[in-house]
Amino acid sequence: MLMDAVFFYSFALLTIGGAILTITRNNAVHSALSLIGSLIGVAGLFLLQKAEFLFAAQILLYIGGVTVLFLFVIMLVNLDEEAKFRQFSGQWVLALVAVLGVALLAVGGFARYWQQPTTRTEWAIAAKAPVATEGNTERIADVLFSEYLVPFEAASLLLIVAVIGAVLLARKREALDASEIPTEVRGEEV
Amino acid sequence: MEGLLYPITLTHYLVLGAALFLIGTLGVLVRRNLVILLMSIELMMNGVNVNLIAFSRLYGDVQGQVFAIFIIAVAVAEAAIGLGILIALFRNKMTVQADELQLLKW
Repeated sequence: MLMDAVFFYSFALLTIGGAILTITRNNAVHSALSLIGSLIGVAGLFLLQKAEFLFAAQILLYIGGVTVLFLFVIMLVNLDEEAKFRQFSGQWVLALVAVLGVALLAVGGFARYWQQPTTRTEWAIAAKAPVATEGNTERIADVLFSEYLVPFEAASLLLIVAVIGAVLLARKREALDASEIPTEVRGEEV
Repeated sequence: MEGLLYPITLTHYLVLGAALFLIGTLGVLVRRNLVILLMSIELMMNGVNVNLIAFSRLYGDVQGQVFAIFIIAVAVAEAAIGLGILIALFRNKMTVQADELQLLKW
């Protein structure tokens, strides 16, 4: 019980700290590394919640896949120059209104539920024993390949489209030379 | 030891998920660098996943985890397409600052 709380707060600290560093660093490489820290924190929370399959998926897909992709792109577009630019768009009022609004809504909702004495014991998830006898991955596979088979196939289609689309978008186009585009389309900066 | 902090309940996970989502929102709204904008969107998706997993654990039902898998799949597709667009954009405009891309604005 106590260990659960200790692990929860360490992972929460890692997650929130990494997230805050991600959106505040000037250098995009530092941001990507902080993002890795934050994602490891979330993966730890998955493990704490007995979601072992998602823990593995989080590590492999997010940390091994997405953030490495981010790092590749950062190296490719050479953001060293960009780090010296102004980093914030100046939309502080809009951002503050949006974030504070949702935060107030969330805190209000939580406080309301917190005051009801039954929820505090009912919602103590760390105390709950896992109901299933078989493994986490087996249960996910059971649900995924029976009840959610059509969404699963749709997701595979989506991933194929995404892969082909990403290759098409990032590919160098020899046929379409910049000089062939009329100046009014190109704009002044090309 | 009964208190606001010690027995970890669903509320703690929901607060954490909401905080992660809000930090992501803040990043999308205030940053100029498109790469960091995409990273903030990943943070938002992770905030949602934290919520789903917490509910999945509370009800002992694995469907929340299946939903989280779909969210991860969509997030990966989004990152791949987003970064592809970013490279195409950089090749054409030589910038990745969000507020310099105003071709459609007049």
